[in-house]
Amino acid sequence: MNETTLKNANGFWASKKRSERITNIVVTVLLVLGGVSMMLPMIWMLSTSFKALNDIFAVPPIWIPNPLHFENYPNAWNIVDPQTGRVMFGDDSWNFFGFTIQGVNFTTYLVNTLFISILACVGATFSSALVAFAFARLRFPGREFLWYICLATMMVPAQVTMIPQFVFFKTLGWYDTFWPLIVPAWLGGGAFNIFLMRQFFMTIPYEMDEAAKIDGCSNFGVFWRILLPLCKPALTTVTVFAFVYNWNDFLNPLIYLDSNNKKTLALGLTNFVSLYGQDYHLLMAASLIITIPIALMFLVGQRYFIQGIATTGLK
Amino acid sequence: MTSGERKEAFSAYLFILPFILSMIFIVGGPIIAALVLSFCKWDIFTPAQFVGLDNYEKIFLDDPRFWHALWNTAYYTALSVPIGMVLSIAVAILMNQKVKGITIYRTLFYLPSVIGSSVAVAVLWKWIFNSDSGLMNYLISFTTGIPISECPKWLASEVWSKPALVIVSLWGVGGGMIIYLAGLQGIPTALYEASEIDGANRWQQFWTVTMPGLSPVIFFQLIISIVNSFQVFNQIYIMTDGLGGPADSTLMMVIYIYQKAFKYYQMGYASALALILFVIILAVTWLQQKYSKWVYYEGELRK
Repeated sequence: MNETTLKNANGFWASKKRSERITNIVVTVLLVLGGVSMMLPMIWMLSTSFKALNDIFAVPPIWIPNPLHFENYPNAWNIVDPQTGRVMFGDDSWNFFGFTIQGVNFTTYLVNTLFISILACVGATFSSALVAFAFARLRFPGREFLWYICLATMMVPAQVTMIPQFVFFKTLGWYDTFWPLIVPAWLGGGAFNIFLMRQFFMTIPYEMDEAAKIDGCSNFGVFWRILLPLCKPALTTVTVFAFVYNWNDFLNPLIYLDSNNKKTLALGLTNFVSLYGQDYHLLMAASLIITIPIALMFLVGQRYFIQGIATTGLK
Repeated sequence: MTSGERKEAFSAYLFILPFILSMIFIVGGPIIAALVLSFCKWDIFTPAQFVGLDNYEKIFLDDPRFWHALWNTAYYTALSVPIGMVLSIAVAILMNQKVKGITIYRTLFYLPSVIGSSVAVAVLWKWIFNSDSGLMNYLISFTTGIPISECPKWLASEVWSKPALVIVSLWGVGGGMIIYLAGLQGIPTALYEASEIDGANRWQQFWTVTMPGLSPVIFFQLIISIVNSFQVFNQIYIMTDGLGGPADSTLMMVIYIYQKAFKYYQMGYASALALILFVIILAVTWLQQKYSKWVYYEGELRK
């Protein structure tokens, strides 16, 4: 190799490196701009939640209110009327595992939401794994057919089944109870979750099952002791999705829950919106508190379920 | 069938029992019931009356609100789905470059899509689109110099209410981005190296390697996002106080179904509407399947 070609090659690599550096800068600038604009609504929410009533409509907006009105949070949480200072539902009461508690506020809504979300979430995770295991690992007549039916139900919009379901649960006497929001989750937890779990089970070598069966494991034993521990990313994904779904669910509570003391956070917040109208400092305080647990759950679980989506959603 | 096979089948049916129960009570049974209901007039309180095709006849021939809802839903889908897809693919490609701090950007972009459809965030958007003191008009007037009084009235305007909802949906591009990102990482690097040796520039690589490699994911996402956008509800309900206003400009299919069923107690009519929505979704999905020749699957030769 003579000197000229070596020089040319160096020039080639140098220009390649430079173009790479430029791309890098452009990409970073775009990502920072994008990231900031994605976060802007959340910052606005945070800022409004600390303002006094007089400041929320100021133009240009006051980004950092002085002083910070921390009292907006307890006022929103306890549903205090900003005009009169009266606690709105202080005379109402609600039930907590047999105890009667005075005063309906966001604690009531939170407890209701946690109760529904946790039970529904456990149900969806467990039952979707059960069903998915059978579709992934066991042989039985009608398997293909039932699997196609399961996939087909993914196409059915919830609104089609909503009305007959409502009539059915109402006939059972479940109107204004939590059951219509929990029981369906225990019945497979929806086709999407089953699909996700099955895809994951398929990636685990069948030899694992066979070895366990030779050692005398039952089908349930294989499922419970061998496969489930290997499926943590998929299980986390389903759990997080189910929890977020139930936490954010609005249409179902809207249809089924009527009494104020049975409402979930999402439904209670709507109540709050119609009561407070333009008092955005209180509305933002309440909205922010409701959003934080989901955001935290996502931040903690993201490593797992991004992996879960990546491995099960595609291949 | 041997006894071992019979035993396996028996335990399999036990495993899928939740699914079978849900087929009977939660999905399958209700679908049939919805079909039957759609031929009836029923207000829940008095016995149902069989009215044949009356509901469908009324919907198609004598219900301007239905056509309005259908138009609004189509408008919303036609705007939010393509823009959302282009943006989420673009962000995924940016994020697939080797730059520092990817985890942070990924979190910033993905987080909004996780909380995006919640009631709390819908309340936030209602505030952002407040035409006098909301963030949106402040930013518009700050960057362009247009006085706030001349900015769009968003949720109070028949023209701007749907674009406002589209903007809300775009805040959720992170959901698609995460899936495209996984798709991009699944494209073998060897293909890029080979095309570079063949002298392809970045733009050519994008169209000959990236897009074909990503096409199955795009196809899947396209179907899912159209189906989802046909079912948009929470944001609209909160941002328009359940009405779909102003002047029905944000009345979408699901809002209309909800109103008919649970405000006016026209269960039969609402069931018919829901079934029409179902048929539309099926038809759109079927059309996409039919015209999916552009989707390239690895290991399959192009015909």
